[in-house]
Amino acid sequence: MPSKNTRVQPHFVASLEDTPIAAVDKLDETQKARSTWTDAWEAMRRRPTFWIASVLIVLVIVVALVPTLFTQTSPTLNCQLADSNGDPRAGHPFGFTRQGCDVYARVIFGTQASVTVGLLATLIVTIFGLIVGALAGYYGGWLDAVVSRIGDIFFAVPTVLGAIVLLSVLPSRTPIIIAFVLSIFAWPQIARIMRGAVLSARNSDYVTASIALGVSKFTILMRHVVPNSIAPVIVVATVSLGTFIVAEATLSFLGIGLGGGIMSWGNDIFQAQSSLRTDPQVLLYPSAALSITVLSFLMLGDVVRDALDPQARAR
Amino acid sequence: MSHTNSETVSSTMSDHNEPLLQIRDLEVGFQTQRGLVAAVRGVSLSLYAGQTLAIVGESGSGKTTTAQAIINLLAGTGKVTAGEILFEGRDLTKLSAKEIQDVRGRLIGYVPQDPMSNLNPVWNIGFQVEEAIKANNVAQGKAARARTIQVLEEAGLSDAKDRLKQFPHQFSGGMRQRVLIGIGLSARPKLLIADEPTSALDVTVQRQILDHLATLTRDYGTSVLFITHDLGLAAERAEQLVVMYKGKIVESGPSKELLANPQHPYTQRLVAAAPSLASRRIQSKKHPQKETEAIYSPGALDTGLISRAEVREQAAPSKDLISVEGISKIYRIRQGGFRSDELLAVNDVSFGVKKGTTTAIVGESGSGKSTVAKLILQLESISSGRIEFDGQDVAGLKGKELLRFRRRVQPVFQDPYGSLDPQYNVGNTIAEPLLAHKIGTKKERQARVLELLDQVSLPAATQFRYPSELSGGQRQRIAVARALALKPDVLVLDEAVSALDVLVQGQVLELLTELQAELGLTYVFITHDLAVVRLVADNVCVMQKGRIVEASTTDDVFDNPREVYTQELLAAIPGANFEFGR
Repeated sequence: MPSKNTRVQPHFVASLEDTPIAAVDKLDETQKARSTWTDAWEAMRRRPTFWIASVLIVLVIVVALVPTLFTQTSPTLNCQLADSNGDPRAGHPFGFTRQGCDVYARVIFGTQASVTVGLLATLIVTIFGLIVGALAGYYGGWLDAVVSRIGDIFFAVPTVLGAIVLLSVLPSRTPIIIAFVLSIFAWPQIARIMRGAVLSARNSDYVTASIALGVSKFTILMRHVVPNSIAPVIVVATVSLGTFIVAEATLSFLGIGLGGGIMSWGNDIFQAQSSLRTDPQVLLYPSAALSITVLSFLMLGDVVRDALDPQARAR
Repeated sequence: MSHTNSETVSSTMSDHNEPLLQIRDLEVGFQTQRGLVAAVRGVSLSLYAGQTLAIVGESGSGKTTTAQAIINLLAGTGKVTAGEILFEGRDLTKLSAKEIQDVRGRLIGYVPQDPMSNLNPVWNIGFQVEEAIKANNVAQGKAARARTIQVLEEAGLSDAKDRLKQFPHQFSGGMRQRVLIGIGLSARPKLLIADEPTSALDVTVQRQILDHLATLTRDYGTSVLFITHDLGLAAERAEQLVVMYKGKIVESGPSKELLANPQHPYTQRLVAAAPSLASRRIQSKKHPQKETEAIYSPGALDTGLISRAEVREQAAPSKDLISVEGISKIYRIRQGGFRSDELLAVNDVSFGVKKGTTTAIVGESGSGKSTVAKLILQLESISSGRIEFDGQDVAGLKGKELLRFRRRVQPVFQDPYGSLDPQYNVGNTIAEPLLAHKIGTKKERQARVLELLDQVSLPAATQFRYPSELSGGQRQRIAVARALALKPDVLVLDEAVSALDVLVQGQVLELLTELQAELGLTYVFITHDLAVVRLVADNVCVMQKGRIVEASTTDDVFDNPREVYTQELLAAIPGANFEFGR
């Protein structure tokens, strides 16, 4: 039987130099202030993907705004049938369409319609979905019930199918009209996300605290609930911008999108079908422009999601 | 009863003098964007067979990380960067993933902190225990089922056989923790690591479970490594103590000796701040009742208390500022379809609060104490009864009158992480009530924010910070500052210090006491922690199942508890009767 003493452990005290103690709960004044948004910016800034996507998006927007900066060739005038499906040559780097028009110029000038539809549809959907979702989630009751059911009805219809049906009865099909038609079927997604985020923010302690402080119900919605619910909406909106551009191209490709007189990537892809086997480059360039634009927005959405994801951020 | 009898156990061990577990110069780091951050910095400790050792520390001290490093369960990017962990002479840090799997569960059991999230809700209890038994090769096939029942019965579930098919949501928190303890001990491990096993439970349940755990581990001769933030609990349950601070051990040794004679300033601070039944109400330092006296100094306290009580009696107005008369609250719980059940959350509760005093409402979870707070704050409507504030019935208040009431009665909530809007900086948060009540110009509001920050002892630069950058205690001080912005008469503090570490908790309680003396505030203090009540309250209402079972002055309730329930609560406070060297 060993003596019990060998198992007794000595009273150890660390030296104070080795373990200096700080004042209880002292504020570290050396760090600079950080909000959710500055944190998100810091996180995004370090991602190369963010910069690649941003540069591409800025480029696409500049092309859409001032296409003449990039080409002096008219995409519709001076089309010589002699150049029909012609190969690239000096001043015409992408070659010619079946009608003998310059492909490069058409891609540049087609940007405007595609980007307009994407941006406009995203804007409408986000603003409308945000308002509807916030009101439904915050006030609840019959308003929520009615709005959610109406949303479900639109949500049940596939966006492109609904747009085909609607567009086939509309007399004119400009980019603005296409954007509105797409929005009609796409808003419930944003509204649902906003409603969910608002529901969780509404039950948080800081909202209860504000009520007890005597802040009015609507002020709380605007000051506390909406700013805390908006992050997931921004993420979805960024991604959906790309999908709207694709939807426009799809509609145009099906021949029910933008009117024949309006240049867009979708229309060009549609027209390139007939000469696909003999002259693939006519199809290639508008498709590539479309893919790069959509990809940029998807990449941006990805980075934004990572930066704003509450799971990834330590609260 | 709670102490392990090391002598009877040691005779069954093969090698008595070699520690079962020996950690040498352990360093653990976490890989972050800013490089490797050290969480454990050179920790050494040893644990002998049959002994119980407790690691005590605040959140962030590295106590849980140390425990997780032993069985290689470090979260995320954590990695052992130096040192060794010898278990029966084997270095656990050098084992392969497969070898450590064999050690986990079979040789070293683990009881996690949160019984609510550590059982899988889609599998029944029997399946989950059986899974652990099979994984550790304790028994297979039919024998495993029999063993499951045995394990659960040993863990204190009397009708284990009938409950096998039940799911976690059908178990209370205490019962779930029993299941987790059963799983942890199912393979009769030589060492059991219990990481804050009862922190989420009520004190009376905590006591039952810890008593049971002590009996089990003594019977099996299991060594126990306790991780806890509660010094009282550690003192009561463990023979060896290790105090950690910022990843280092500041002091270690036999519990009794260490607590009776703490040497390191940090340990001294911890011991001084540990609330227990022996402590007395905190006195204001800046506004002493009679003579200046140090907080917690044992000698002067009694006379100070008496003089304070005398002064209070003289000064106390005869009329109650808040008077609660027979209030009840019924919640309707939808049961699906059109059926609904009624839940009587608050049942005929009456009490009064005099101006400038603190009334504590104490109870376990589900006792209705938080509902009472919400009713007083008019955040919920009362089903019956009457609440008067300053002679006015508050039930029917609307519009401007309600706003005036809100100005005078302010809440501070439990969760310092949830009660501040993460999107607003501290300055805007504190200014919000001023803005809502349209008080002052922008400049005046700014000045008031600085004044309030000063009152809660935070530097002026704090106003530009966001809540995510502040610690729990700092956030709670911001919440107090916001509540004080409108110069209210009453603060309703709903578990306002429960989520804080003991030192920070002591600091906030001191601050509240100072503010009360300075501004003549009245507190309604909702808490589950009787030890805290002793430090701050003048009067106590003990609640159980929606009713007040005992109400009296704090000294009366603590010294002569009349109700059995109050006595149980008092007896269950960990370390209640432990001699601290103060």
